[in-house]
Order: sequence, then C-alpha cells, then structure tokens
Amino acid sequence: MNESGAERGAAWLTRIGLDQLIAKLKELGYQVVGPRLGDGAIVYDAIEGVKDLPAGWTEEQEAGIYRLRRREDDALFGYNLGPQSWKRFLHPPVLRILAAEKSNGEFRILPPLDRPPRYAFLGVRACELAAIAVLDRVLLEDAFPEPNYLARRSELVVIAVQCTRAAPTCFCASMGTGPGVRSGFDIALTELGEGFLAQAGSERGRGLIESVEHEPASEDLIRQAEEAVADVAARLVRRIETQDLARRLQQALESPHWDDVARRCLACGNCTMVCPTCFCTTVEDTSTVPCDRVERWRKWDSCFTESFSYIHGGSVRTSVRARYRQWLTHKLSWWVDQFDMFGCVGCGRCITWCPAKIDLTQEVSKVVASG
Amino acid sequence: MIRGLPRKPRIAVFKFASCDGCQLSLLDAEDELLAVADAVELAYFPEASRRMLKGPYDIGLVEGSITTHHDAERIQQVRRQCRTLVTIGACATAGGIQALRNWKDANEFVRHVYARPDFVQTLKMSTPIAEHVPVDFELRGCPVNKNQLVELVAAVVAGRKPNIPSHSVCLECKREGVTCLMVAQGAACLGPVTQAGCGAICPRFGRGCYGCFGPMEAANTASLTEIFRGLGRPDSAIARDFRSFNAWAWQFRQASEEAERR
Repeated sequence: MNESGAERGAAWLTRIGLDQLIAKLKELGYQVVGPRLGDGAIVYDAIEGVKDLPAGWTEEQEAGIYRLRRREDDALFGYNLGPQSWKRFLHPPVLRILAAEKSNGEFRILPPLDRPPRYAFLGVRACELAAIAVLDRVLLEDAFPEPNYLARRSELVVIAVQCTRAAPTCFCASMGTGPGVRSGFDIALTELGEGFLAQAGSERGRGLIESVEHEPASEDLIRQAEEAVADVAARLVRRIETQDLARRLQQALESPHWDDVARRCLACGNCTMVCPTCFCTTVEDTSTVPCDRVERWRKWDSCFTESFSYIHGGSVRTSVRARYRQWLTHKLSWWVDQFDMFGCVGCGRCITWCPAKIDLTQEVSKVVASG
Repeated sequence: MIRGLPRKPRIAVFKFASCDGCQLSLLDAEDELLAVADAVELAYFPEASRRMLKGPYDIGLVEGSITTHHDAERIQQVRRQCRTLVTIGACATAGGIQALRNWKDANEFVRHVYARPDFVQTLKMSTPIAEHVPVDFELRGCPVNKNQLVELVAAVVAGRKPNIPSHSVCLECKREGVTCLMVAQGAACLGPVTQAGCGAICPRFGRGCYGCFGPMEAANTASLTEIFRGLGRPDSAIARDFRSFNAWAWQFRQASEEAERR
C-alpha cells in the first residue's frame, strides 16, 4: 500500500462530521434512512441526524431470539442487524403498480404514483451491500429491468458501516460477503471510539466527505480499522461450507432430513420476509363498489404459502417439506444456475427471526451429509 | 361469481348462534355502506331493515353456529335458497366460542344458568355451518374484518375472485414492519398458525395473536406448541391458547386436546 490515506479518500470524521453529512444529504434532497430504536428492535427508518441513531444500544441474537440490550459505551453502530433489510425501501412490501378509473363507460389508466424518494442509506453492512448486489442482478440485469426497483436504486447513496462486532447468527465470511466492505458503497465508515474512519468508494462519496468537517486519516487509523474487521471475521461462529454446494444440494433432494425440518417448520414465511434477497411478489387486482375504479397491487409473497405454487388445478408444492426444500435449494443451488451467484449473503436473519429456531447453516450441513 | 347477471345480486344475511358482531361489521363499513347498498339488493337483512324479501338469493351470508334442532333444520332451508353460501366469522366457520360446550355437558350449563331449564332445548354441541350444508366460501375472524367483507362484495359485483389470503398472520406483520413479538420479546403468539386478514391488529398493538381468524393453511400447531413450551408456557395455558373463538376448528382442537393430555 503506497497510497496515503488521504489519497484513497480516507478521513477521520467526528460525530459532528457525521451529523453534517446527514444534513448535507438532506440538503441535496435525499431521504436519509438509517438505524433507529423502534418497536422493540433496531429498525431502518427515516432519520434527521445523529440524535436519531441508536447510541448505546445493541442486540443479542440467537436462533429464534432477538433482545435489545444496552451497551457499556454509547457507540452509534454497536449492533449488527435488525429484522428489516433495505429490501423494504428498494423493493417495497406493498406497492400500487396500476390504477384505472371508469368515466363515460370507459376505463382510463391513471398516471403512476409520484416518484419515490431519492434514498440515502446510512449503516449498510457488508452482507447487506452483497444483498443489494444480488437484487441488482435479479431485478435489473436481464432483458427487462424492474422499473420500480430501478427508480429507487438508480439514485441511491450508500453509506456503509463495517462491522466491528458479530452476532452469533452471522455467517458472512463463509458466504464471502463480509465482514469488511469491498464495493457498492459511496462511503464506508468504521466506528472507532468517538469517531469514524470514512473511506470513499465513489467520486460522489469523496465529494460528500470533502463537504463536511474532517481530518485526514492516518495510516495507523486505517490499520486499526482493518484489524477491527479482521477480528470480527475470526470471531464468526456459524458457517456454511460452500465448496461445491450447489451440486451437493442437488444430489440431496431426497434426504430424509427435509422431513425433519418439515416437522419443525411453521410455514409462516418469516424467513422469506426478513431475507434481504427474497424478491418474490404476488399481484392482487382490486375493484371498488360500484366497479368504477380498479387497482393492481404488488405484495411481497412467500414460497411457503400454498397459493405461491398454485397453477391450474392446484398447488405444486403441497407439503411443507417441498416448500422448505424449494426455498433452501433455491437460495444455495438453483440461484447459482439462474444468476451465477448464491442467493444467500450470510446475514443470519432467517435464523434469528424463525420462531421455530430453524438454523439454515445446520440444516444445510445435515441435508448434505444425509443426501 | 355472478358475472353477467342482468340485475343487481340479491344478498341475504342470516343469523344463527352468534353475537351479531359479524353482520354488524357490514353496517359498520360506514364509508362503503351506501355504495354497497346501491350495488347489491339487500333482500333479507333483518338487522338492517324491516323489508324482508323472499328467496331465492344470489348470496347468503351466514353468521353463527348451529346449536339447536331448529337451527339445524333452518340451515337446510337457507342453503336451498342461496346460490352461493358464505359463512362469516368464527361461529359460522368453526363453531365459535360457544363450542367450548363441546367438551362439557351442555345440560349441566342449562341447569345452572337458567331459572326454567325446561324451556331451553339445545344440542349437545355447537357446530360450524359446513358440518350441516356445503359452504362455498368462508370469511374468518371474530369478528370478520370489515375490509374483507367489503372486498367480498366488491369481488361479487365485479365477477372476480376475492383477495382473501389463507397464509399466516406473520406475512402481514412483516409487510407492515411489525417486529416479531415472539422472537423479540418471547411472547406467545398464535400468528404463525393463524390465517391472515385482520391486518395483524394485535401484534401491531404489542399483543400476541389470539388466533381469532382460525387455523391457516397447513397450520403446524404441534411445532408451535413445542415453541410455547420452550418459552416456559405451561400446558394448561397452551390448551387455553388454542381453545378460544376457533376451539372446534380441527387443527386447534387437536392442539388443545394434545396439550390437555400432558
């Protein structure tokens, strides 16, 4: 590494600098979305400044368990992941995609809804950057880009935060997505004590750092950040063996372990809702009484519902065993065939938010071992 | 359902053993009520109007469970008069809270509650409408959700399928951004085995789901029972969790009896 920190767009930001950065983004017309305390968890929501960030809060996570906890310090990003992912904003859970009204006996298509806000995300973790990259691949990179996603994605500003702690449910390292950030951000922050190492990942990010109070970052500071992230990588408990995984799962389709999972699985769909890459939706047409206005709504759907695989005559996947197998093998096997990448980024949300404590990492190894 | 009908669909509302809350939900749909009354012919709705027209009807909305001999005969007549029969609410669909008698001696209740038990003639069991006649569609809930009721009427008027999901409440919580009470607080919540449709109203106000919409498709009550035990909930409480408004729905019935046996 011959470049100095400053040449690489690295700077030291205090909390005042971060607050200025949020204000700057708002001034530029962005809606800043970041972590804040709400509804029994750290959730992503609109924020106005540093005062809204969950200072001094963290969480405890295990399979089926999430508890908010106080930290001994007042770190702003001293937690890992809440129930929500950025999917909520880029690929909204409920969206009106068409509306028409009848006048003089004819239906007229109404103009689309107002443009979505220009988002700036603050606090995007490495696994979440990877998840956005997965959604980009799925929703943008084929012949027909998804226009609603594109409208939200194209102007997105991403301020990532590197993890300096790991939840026991995290397995990013084995999926090759974290804990350090590599690409897909404008600025990457690493929280070190009372301030942040800010590293630019784009020209826009460099400009944003320049626009707020900052100091050049020393080589020592950069090394500190690298060590903190490396330390997290070493402390990850869970992992998935990805070597040849896509093929090994395809050979394990008749594994008796699927039945074992099906006994525990509630088919509630929580895993798919919290997954940052599950993108499936259903479409509902509605009409009013009297029938003079019709609307088409798109809603998050789940492959765990019966209607998901309904085709003429009935559902294809009638058993919970078939649905869990479909979900897991899609994430880790068929996704590779379809998109040349895994659909799982190792965030562990499906583990934490499964009421039945079903642990993807364990189920994968058991399925493969018994396949 | 009735696409191309040359006149407004004729709707009738019938009441069996129930509290009236479900049919009241239709009257409670204040914003839509006038439009609904205009788009359909409310031919028989004693709670709303003295005008009671004779059948046949295009759609019969049936509230309440069957608890007397007289009701058991009357539902046969109702079925014959309705082209499409829709049960509304937990009583009509699952037997209601009054199905708690199914585990007890109903005559004992009669003896203790009424001054003149000899005036009361009742069946031993409270049973859902579908145990007596074929049912074409069911709206769940205690009471039904007003939006689902209006959606049903709107679908009938437009001749389309109603958007009534049969998946879990969890999907509604997650779409709404409600943090899971079971995972984040260790609360007992029936959401993972209960059919959606209420808009996750209890979890949104910080309470676990009571299961008033009854079992969802593929409800895995055995697994949820294990989870509740893991939360330290005694079997007696688990039996009561499943034994409420939809106690007689077979998935919940099985679960409460299983917990009670422990």
